[in-house]
Amino acid sequence: MKLLKSIAILGLASIAGGVNAADNLTVYSYRQAFLIDPILEKFTQDTGIKVDVVFSKNGIAERIQREGKLSPADIVLTSDFSRLIELVKKDLVAPIESDVINHNIPSQYRAPDHTWYALTKRVRNIYSSKERLGKLDINYEDLASAQYKGKVCTRSGKHPYNVALVASMIAHHGEVEAKQWLSGFKANLARKPQGNDRAQVKAVKEGLCDIAIGNSYYLGKMLADPKQKSWADSVYLNFPNQANRGSHVNVSGMALTKYSPNKDNAVKLMEYLTSPIAQQAYAEVNFEYPVNPQVKPSSLVASWGEYKADALPIYKLAEYHQAAMKLLDEVKFDL
Amino acid sequence: MILGLTRSWTLAGYIVAAILILPLLALLVQATMPDEAVFSHLYDTVLPTYIYNSLILMLLVCVGSLLIAIPAAWLIARCDFPGRKYFQWLLLLPLAMPAYIVAYVYTDLFDYAGIVQRTLRMLFEWQGPHDYYFPQVRSLGGAAIMLSLVLFPYIYLLARTAFMEQSSSLLHASRVMGCGSWRSFWRLSLPMARPALAVGVALVAMETAADFATVDYFAVPTLTTAVYDTWLGYGSLAAAAKLSTIMLLVIFAIVGFERFARRKQKLFQKQTGIDESDRHVLNGSKMLVATAYCSVLLLLAFVLPFVILCQYAVDYFAQSWSAKFFEYSLNSLYISALVSALCVTISLGLVFVRRVSPRRMDTVPSRLASTGYAIPGTVLAIGVLVPLTYLDFGINDIYAYFDQKGPGLVLTGSVCALVFAFCVRFIAITIGSIENSYKQISPSLDMASITMKQTPTNLLWRVHLPLLNKGIFAGALLVFIESMKELPAALLLRPIGFENLATHVYQYVSDEQLELGALSAIVIVLVGLIPLIYLNRSLEQKN
Repeated sequence: MKLLKSIAILGLASIAGGVNAADNLTVYSYRQAFLIDPILEKFTQDTGIKVDVVFSKNGIAERIQREGKLSPADIVLTSDFSRLIELVKKDLVAPIESDVINHNIPSQYRAPDHTWYALTKRVRNIYSSKERLGKLDINYEDLASAQYKGKVCTRSGKHPYNVALVASMIAHHGEVEAKQWLSGFKANLARKPQGNDRAQVKAVKEGLCDIAIGNSYYLGKMLADPKQKSWADSVYLNFPNQANRGSHVNVSGMALTKYSPNKDNAVKLMEYLTSPIAQQAYAEVNFEYPVNPQVKPSSLVASWGEYKADALPIYKLAEYHQAAMKLLDEVKFDL
Repeated sequence: MILGLTRSWTLAGYIVAAILILPLLALLVQATMPDEAVFSHLYDTVLPTYIYNSLILMLLVCVGSLLIAIPAAWLIARCDFPGRKYFQWLLLLPLAMPAYIVAYVYTDLFDYAGIVQRTLRMLFEWQGPHDYYFPQVRSLGGAAIMLSLVLFPYIYLLARTAFMEQSSSLLHASRVMGCGSWRSFWRLSLPMARPALAVGVALVAMETAADFATVDYFAVPTLTTAVYDTWLGYGSLAAAAKLSTIMLLVIFAIVGFERFARRKQKLFQKQTGIDESDRHVLNGSKMLVATAYCSVLLLLAFVLPFVILCQYAVDYFAQSWSAKFFEYSLNSLYISALVSALCVTISLGLVFVRRVSPRRMDTVPSRLASTGYAIPGTVLAIGVLVPLTYLDFGINDIYAYFDQKGPGLVLTGSVCALVFAFCVRFIAITIGSIENSYKQISPSLDMASITMKQTPTNLLWRVHLPLLNKGIFAGALLVFIESMKELPAALLLRPIGFENLATHVYQYVSDEQLELGALSAIVIVLVGLIPLIYLNRSLEQKN
């Protein structure tokens, strides 16, 4: 009987553990907790509002949708724009009115209906082998050009960063031309899409390919890792499409959930995240470009040079997201 | 048998079975929901490739495991060579190794940037990838090899037992009639072992279908990864449920085929088994080949990956040995212990009803409850979430009706969902092992107990339970290790922010930095070894 009793106690304890106790803020984050922990600690110090962050790489929108009005989440932090759009599309977020935020974030980097806001910009760069290609003046369109046959590496096409890039190609060239480009790109691949952005740079270093696409901040991260420094040293970082429309920029962002139990405090935290202090921390910790124009990128990031960003508003990309997913399936990009 | 078995026992049995089968029904209902043409789009583009990959992978893994396992089982059961006693149980060790860990280690070794290809390039002065051919590790074939390496012990274990139990007089007879040892193997031993092999192959096929992490890491899209992508990439639960139904059809077809294939087989043999003296003593080159075969197999499937894992763990010990590591380990232990205890309790009830009930119908609850084992974790997750979410809302609605603040998401927001899913998936194991133990308890004991006017509860508690302890223990151990290893269901159902060892290790595998999660991986493997050693010992005692 002792055994049965302890089972019952364990069971009850686990139920109790699932219930949200205090009036803390709850943040569901697609971004790893260690990136934002220092910023949130500072926020708690300043305001006395405690924040619980839970990280998940996948499925946060689905979870909030399922949890409905019972969801404990107040704020969602994402690592790319498509997740923000998904939240809007599923009607899971609430618009906010905040002069502070509107002042801190340029209109290009927020939803027209105030349902979401970008926090950092992340450029989709093209890395090239120092040894075999040197620095390049290259366009995304060139990824499909015959001169790079068998020389291109990338992670899965279905990864949000790549889906966003494909969506921007559709936005600029239309679906038919984008599909041709995507098939050409696929035909140029040195190997089946696999691994993450860093693994592509590693493959360039090993000589498996000469060109890889990847976000710029990975270069900063690799330089900081003793084992990966040699990978980073073997490549140049190129900003694509500088002679024309500019490089494709994705954003990490935030949104207030529709059923947030703690809306006032949540808005305070969102305002804080756009403030120069928090933006500076984003820039330094993860080598990203802050959206707040008052804040400069870190010195390492600045050393990669100025670049021209694609002026296409982020929310425009959203319209082509589903089409991009379908194109990727149609050309069997990952298969 | 006439026994004061009250209706409440049987009724409880049916209710429990209904709860355990609920996810499957929910899945089928979900599959009929509209999905905004996502499924028809998949059907037109990538679905054929997913199905092809899944089927070919299953086929390759089954054939690969058979080819590896049968010679090993034969050598251990019927021959004698140095080290046989040790290989007998050492060859079970790969079962404790999650396939994605083996996959990661071999990719590290054999990939373009790995030590093998680097050495080759240095030796032959090749400049780039176009100067030579080397098979891709991250491919369908690669995944098949990795899965075969860790799944073959299922077939090995069953085939070994089958070969050992074959009566030696039958074999002597075949030899007397002029069959050489090869011929008697092909014409007698192998066909007689067919039922055991079929069970093993079905198990291997199911495990292959359920694998998520290996194919995901190797970028080989199968139905399992497609379910995950469709749910979380396209955001369509209904389309994911449709894919899941296809997958279940495939799996049930395999199980059905296995049953069908041996429907007419009846085996009659005296369970004498073979003696030590019947073992064929190998000498000279034959002995060398046998020892080498077993050693290489063990080396590839267990020793090498494990040693490399230990190497990673030593190199990155400082980063891995943290409070988090203990938290994740405790989470794993807690969940696994809870699931084992629940599975044992429920199975005892179900099997007991089946045992004492006079009606044939009453075998239904335990049969139904056992179907969960065939449902892959990814698919099961969908089936579990749908009904539990309804329940959660129902509970909160009741609170709201009385103007009370509801408890929030007590089921889907806590580990309840996870524990429930694990129970559905693994209860077949405890049901099986307890049923097996029951076979050894003579029904006359039950009758004696009735004559002495004992209630059913007393019969279970005071007579059966003490006699069943071995079966209960073995079943609980197996459920424990499976719960430690189960990844996809844990990944999808864990409360947000909750990590256990498996999800922790997988996160590092998918970030291509297993080095940092190696310590956790080692714990999974070591815990997995305990039941294997126990299992083998109990089998040896039987022989």
